[in-house]
Amino acid sequence: MTSIENTGNDNPVPNNKISDIAMAEQGTSLWKDAWARLKKNRMALFGLAVLVLFSLIALLTPWIAPYGYEQQNLDLGATPPSAQHWLGTDIFGRDLMTLIMYGGRISLAVGFVATAVALLIGVTYGALAGYVGGRTDAAMMRLVDILYALPFMIFIILLMVVFGRNLLLLFLAIGMVEWLTMARIMRSQVQALRQQEFVEAAVSLGLGPVAIIRKHLVPNALGPIIVYTTLTIPGVMLLEAFLSFLGLGIQPPQTSWGLLISYGAETMEEFPWLLIFPGLALALTLFSLNFLGDGLRDALDVRSSKD
Amino acid sequence: MSLLNVQNLKVSFHTRNGEVKAVDDISFTVETGKITAIIGESGSGKSVACYSLLGLIPMPPGKIEGGSAVFEGNDLLQLSESELRHIRGRDIAMIFQDPMTCLNPYMTIGHQLMEPIVYHKGMAKTEARQHAIELLEEVGIRDPHSTIDSYPHEFSGGMRQRVMIAMALINEPKLLIADEPTTALDVTIQAQILKLMADLQKKHSIGIIFISHDLAVVADIADQIIVMKKGKVVEHGDRQRIFKNAQHPYTRALLAAIPAGTKVVSETQSEALISIRNLNTWFGQGKNKEPVKAIKDVSLDIRKGEILGLVGESGSGKSTLGRSILRLVPITSGSISFDGIDLTEMEGQSLKKMRSRMQMIFQDPYASLNPRMSVYDTLAEPLLLHKIETKKTVEQGVLKLMDDVGLARGFVRKYPHEFSGGQRQRIAIGRALATRPEFIVADEPVSALDVTIQAQILDLMLDLGKEYGLTMLFVSHDLAVVKHIADRIVVLYKGEIVEQGSGKELFENPQQEYTRQLLQSIPGRALLG
Repeated sequence: MTSIENTGNDNPVPNNKISDIAMAEQGTSLWKDAWARLKKNRMALFGLAVLVLFSLIALLTPWIAPYGYEQQNLDLGATPPSAQHWLGTDIFGRDLMTLIMYGGRISLAVGFVATAVALLIGVTYGALAGYVGGRTDAAMMRLVDILYALPFMIFIILLMVVFGRNLLLLFLAIGMVEWLTMARIMRSQVQALRQQEFVEAAVSLGLGPVAIIRKHLVPNALGPIIVYTTLTIPGVMLLEAFLSFLGLGIQPPQTSWGLLISYGAETMEEFPWLLIFPGLALALTLFSLNFLGDGLRDALDVRSSKD
Repeated sequence: MSLLNVQNLKVSFHTRNGEVKAVDDISFTVETGKITAIIGESGSGKSVACYSLLGLIPMPPGKIEGGSAVFEGNDLLQLSESELRHIRGRDIAMIFQDPMTCLNPYMTIGHQLMEPIVYHKGMAKTEARQHAIELLEEVGIRDPHSTIDSYPHEFSGGMRQRVMIAMALINEPKLLIADEPTTALDVTIQAQILKLMADLQKKHSIGIIFISHDLAVVADIADQIIVMKKGKVVEHGDRQRIFKNAQHPYTRALLAAIPAGTKVVSETQSEALISIRNLNTWFGQGKNKEPVKAIKDVSLDIRKGEILGLVGESGSGKSTLGRSILRLVPITSGSISFDGIDLTEMEGQSLKKMRSRMQMIFQDPYASLNPRMSVYDTLAEPLLLHKIETKKTVEQGVLKLMDDVGLARGFVRKYPHEFSGGQRQRIAIGRALATRPEFIVADEPVSALDVTIQAQILDLMLDLGKEYGLTMLFVSHDLAVVKHIADRIVVLYKGEIVEQGSGKELFENPQQEYTRQLLQSIPGRALLG
């Protein structure tokens, strides 16, 4: 059988020295490619910028906040936005902008740290269960089922009673609950992926299970995981607000966005700015997260690239 | 008068990158009671040309730019969607490549067959059922009275395609468009389906358009052949003329790409690289379950430097045998030794070390490459894993591999989805060669590819085999391909070796009935010699 030149689209293009050089200059990591694609997505960039800005403000709050968060002025009471207090004051005469800045520290920290904990545990656990399969998988997933069935509130209350109220514990407690769904998503993704021939190819190359999970399975399961992560962060922030509201989370005079919103909601009719501004801060964060999540999902999916 | 008369058909797709002329001014006719074959590689516009006649291409981005297609006095291109719907399925029926995706898995075959009969012809249910059973009988389904109540997954690929043909025939169409109807099937089944189509066409005197990438497939059945390339008809004529006296260089290239001839084998016999003794690989062993015995007591030697062809139909266990040798599936009993080293009990680091000495090339280059890894990452992975290159030199190693498998270096940063099937298979071959293996299992490496690309990949494998001094187990259902590439051929049937020998011995003097059947199934034997 003779080979055919110039038929079809299988013609290897002649080697080109210029492209060699161009290639050497570019990196070859998935993340670098993803960043290049993300840069083209304006909404995602906007989201990223907002999140970076909020995080910076949160980090620098003790130095840049106009007032101290414990600084009250009971004579002043609740006032609408003014030149001294840009976003107004709460019923104790505390500066709302300062409160939102301090609250952001807690909310963002809870949102990101707890989600990071959930992500780390959930992805590892789910990937392992899905990859190993068989009885190990069954045992691991039954444990997840049991944890699902455990009433969340009792779990938190128990933790708080035993270890006392503590911010770190709050992160942990929320992370411990949120990883369950993450593990399930990851497991089903991995189960579907491990049937693919490229995983068999990796086995036949001699790659170990850890390398296969890390290099071949996780990157291909990232889409749903990222989307779920961006949904988890706001969920976690609201959960923190809920716990704080019940007196299990943050306590005054410390505050968080969730707490500010719940107080604001009570006095919505008399002092609407107490609800509007913290609400805006939370909403803007959530929007940004969603834009960034969508952008990341597209950027990490090499097939969606159009260049 | 012709049944279908297509004149100056032009179809283009308007994409972001400008207009693509998928079908560029083609004309052809289809006669009643004749089979017209349209031949071309992927992207030649052969399917688009036929689909556009029935309004089955997405519009936009597709657009019919001009031309006419007169079918029974009506220009199909001028009809409205509702008028077309009456013609589709009733006067013009279609058969597709993959019968599984075209059947509803949750409905019995009978239900799916009866529905259009009841709907279009207004027959009563019992009458429709009787009619459906007759149809199934006609397309060669055994025992149609009971199989009519089976679900699609209970049929084999070939049987499913028969059901599809039955469905296409329900409304007694005048024209049947078959788009690669046998490409997904084994050679033996393909031969049966081709014969069935030829018989039915004579009996019902319908016109058939047979779309395929493979000239050999239509060699026995087509009356007229149209060869398409890049949206244009490069040659057309009756079968005899095309095969005996092709004018256009592309047609000649297609003919040359049909695997033919037997590899000349040197007489010197080297020692065995791989010895398999009494190998059994069974699946699904449970307490009360009878295991599926994929490999039954197979003993086989693979000699150093030879290409051993392993032939068998789907389910014969040929892929399992290859995977058992590479320790990719757990074996039940028996022994496999590689260069005197027993692989059977090997685990952990020693197995990892052995893996670099034996590699695999997979059938589907779309599934065997990680979609998230660029060519660079895919090829660098084995080089770094087995410390063949260091971080500093890995780039040179990758580029060298790309040169070896004939991929342009400029593609190194691209991802699998940006390549054609043939190019992907080159990447997969490069990955398998990266560890400098001594032994490669190639599992149907060309059966997912167009014929012309097949030829290129086979030649590449032969060349690289020599260059790297490889021993190869070449698994395929296609005897013609195996005969072309293999030094020795082993025929596997239901998990057992039924015959082995050199290609010449096997072809000239097959001992087993099954081998004879395989030989007779090679399409186009009569015309191609």
